[in-house]
Amino acid sequence: MKPIEIPIVEKSLLAIAKSRDMGTARDRLAAMKPQCGFGELGTCCRTCYMGPCRIDPFGDGPKEGICGLSADAMVARNLLRETVGGTASHVGHARHVLLTVRDALDGKAPYQIKGEAKALTLAKLFGVATEGRAAADVVRDLLNIALQDFGRQDEQPNNWVSKRAPAAEQELWKRLGLMYSNPHNEIEMAMHATSMGNDADPVSMLMRLLKVSLVDGWTGLTLTVDFQDILFGTPEVTVTEAAVGVLEKDSVNIAAHGHNPVLSEKILEWAGKLDAEAVAAGAERINVVGVCCTGNELSMRHGVKLAAHNSQTELILTTGAVDAMVVDIQCIWPQLAQVAKCFDTAFITTDDMVRIPDARHIGFHPEHADESAQEIIRAAIDSFKRRRGKPVDIPQHKTTAVAGLSVESIVDILSKVDAADPLKPVIDNVANGNIHGFAGVVGCSSIKFRDKAMTEEMVKALLKQNVLVVTTGCTAHICGQAGLLTGAATDLYCGDGLKAVLTALGNAAGLGGPLPPVWHMGACVDNSRIVDLLGAVAGRLGVKVGQLPAVGSAPELVQEKAISIGGSFLALGVSCHIAPAPRVLGGPLVTKILTEDLQGITGAIVHVELEAQKAADWMVAHIAEKRAGLGLK
Amino acid sequence: MEKSIFTFIEKCVACKGCEIACAVEHSSDKTLFGALADNPRPRQRVRVEAAGAYSYPARCQHCQEAACIAACPMGAMTRDPDTHAVYVDSHKCVGCWMCVMVCPFGGVSADPVAKKAHKCDRCPERTAVGLDPACVAACPTKAMVFATPEEIAELRRQATAAAAAGIATTPVASSVAAWRTMKGGA
Repeated sequence: MKPIEIPIVEKSLLAIAKSRDMGTARDRLAAMKPQCGFGELGTCCRTCYMGPCRIDPFGDGPKEGICGLSADAMVARNLLRETVGGTASHVGHARHVLLTVRDALDGKAPYQIKGEAKALTLAKLFGVATEGRAAADVVRDLLNIALQDFGRQDEQPNNWVSKRAPAAEQELWKRLGLMYSNPHNEIEMAMHATSMGNDADPVSMLMRLLKVSLVDGWTGLTLTVDFQDILFGTPEVTVTEAAVGVLEKDSVNIAAHGHNPVLSEKILEWAGKLDAEAVAAGAERINVVGVCCTGNELSMRHGVKLAAHNSQTELILTTGAVDAMVVDIQCIWPQLAQVAKCFDTAFITTDDMVRIPDARHIGFHPEHADESAQEIIRAAIDSFKRRRGKPVDIPQHKTTAVAGLSVESIVDILSKVDAADPLKPVIDNVANGNIHGFAGVVGCSSIKFRDKAMTEEMVKALLKQNVLVVTTGCTAHICGQAGLLTGAATDLYCGDGLKAVLTALGNAAGLGGPLPPVWHMGACVDNSRIVDLLGAVAGRLGVKVGQLPAVGSAPELVQEKAISIGGSFLALGVSCHIAPAPRVLGGPLVTKILTEDLQGITGAIVHVELEAQKAADWMVAHIAEKRAGLGLK
Repeated sequence: MEKSIFTFIEKCVACKGCEIACAVEHSSDKTLFGALADNPRPRQRVRVEAAGAYSYPARCQHCQEAACIAACPMGAMTRDPDTHAVYVDSHKCVGCWMCVMVCPFGGVSADPVAKKAHKCDRCPERTAVGLDPACVAACPTKAMVFATPEEIAELRRQATAAAAAGIATTPVASSVAAWRTMKGGA
């Protein structure tokens, strides 16, 4: 076996950091090691002030908390709280987008509704009349339906899950008591249940975990994406570039980092409008580049180039070429402000919830979006003026990357092959085995796994075994940087069956070459697009989503959001590979439920594997079991 | 013989509770919050080091034939006549670091503020009143024990006899064994 090398982009960036004598997260991780086993095992409880309590995994020390809480209850409680953190993040994102749409409709925020097609599709689903009505009125009706969920106390089914989720799965969720009403109530109840002296039953807490994860899946991810598409338009296939080499020495480089396109869309808009000011300052142009998931949002809808995934955020600042890094919410390392101080980089926070010492804060509120965006762009131009003429160090690595694969754009491509039944070519090739199955490889980039290229190696191993991969989030950046989001990758990495299908589909769709083997479906919030895609295929076949030859994977888990997203896949019956291990191993019962018994409840399990090839092999074998269940070879 | 500190590496989970307890014991009022107010802050004399899937609280072994005592040109490295622990007489230490160099266990370090050799003294004030050293008392998994070498040897003999007779020791949960396998991997 060939030795796995650290990805070239990281290697180059780390060399720059070293040459500048700057410590990075790798140094901070080394200083942190060995990391605490109680934390890793999930058996540290800080919920009350009789504690903190820690349970000895080996048996000579404490076997339960001071209150008598069992190890299993402790790990379930901690995992449920992680799930709440993830769900609250996505529900908060959704609510912010909804209120922006409301303000736009009321003429209070300078945003145009660009996604009328999406609004019309959803209107049909939600029973909103469209005949002879203005698009704005249709959107307002949809908005009111969505907002109703946030205020209701009638315990009626939540609109977004009951109208958007597949019917068969809803039946299961009803039976299991997982259907929810008001998303905020579920977040409140989960925090309440996990505070001192409440739920002590690990099974009860795991069921609540699934429920809170469903809140994330439908009122977090799906609701956010639906209204982002209404506001900004549904992504169409586009070609862009990925990796740090997209920074331009002689341009004003603005890195948009975070998750919420309500900010980054305005930055991109005003970068275009203020380009002349940058030119007047001596720059070639304003170069807005995408970082983390708001970068994915911009790449999906505008083909904006992708500069860095999350674990590269501090590294791209060491190039000295980033004139402004403007951030919104989630996954923003405080360290970025410290690195920016070493250069002429303006590090700008915008969300009043995300305040970072030594950052410049320009509060961004949709009603003053235009003014704030201009202030941010001008701050970047000012930084450029200071930087101009100073040496920068931009590694010249970049790769072509196809983005913009929404369900709608995928169906568009497939319609060129079979207009009457767009999904048929894919389904036929799954049936005949050319496509072994589907893997959603999603989530974060972790410095614990980057240096062995966990994601790239796992994805390549999947492609070799004819598994079609869809991706979102920082995982999409990783795939992009590794050249996996191109038609060329199909020839390089796919097994014969998958290669033949993607080539035939690409040619039939008039692309003059194969489709990419890894489909970039967006930001981490866009995991709902994967669910919609699976739902469409399952609907076409007349089976449950959980019966499909499909599997999920978060090969480099970092954020709590990955836990709640994973939970929503488990609730759907889609099994998930994950690395590193969730913090449950100190609870043998909880571990067994998640890795075995859940199969009998939702039809899905969790599988932990830290080695790329072994993880891919498990996923391939799991898909084979699903194929057998459908009577396929 | 006198008691010494023994470590069962398979039970260490790297919580670093021993490090905190050690620093607190060597602070002015021996409480956690009081220790935070000390200037300079008290330093721990035990360090939990990573070793693949395992971790190990490394510190002075208080050797019977201590290389540091032999190497110290100033006679600063001293054996306590009562506890038999090896400690630094900081009035005599000149910071030549011969002790740091010769110790095979990394048991002696350099105090960067005082510029003196710095090491475990096996908590003389605690052991004088029958308490275990602070690190041992703090260990939540009992990975460290304060015992005589005879007692430890007896434990080992009994374990060997049990293994030879095929009597199984209590196994850890399989999920915990999985954690151990993966620890250090990510």
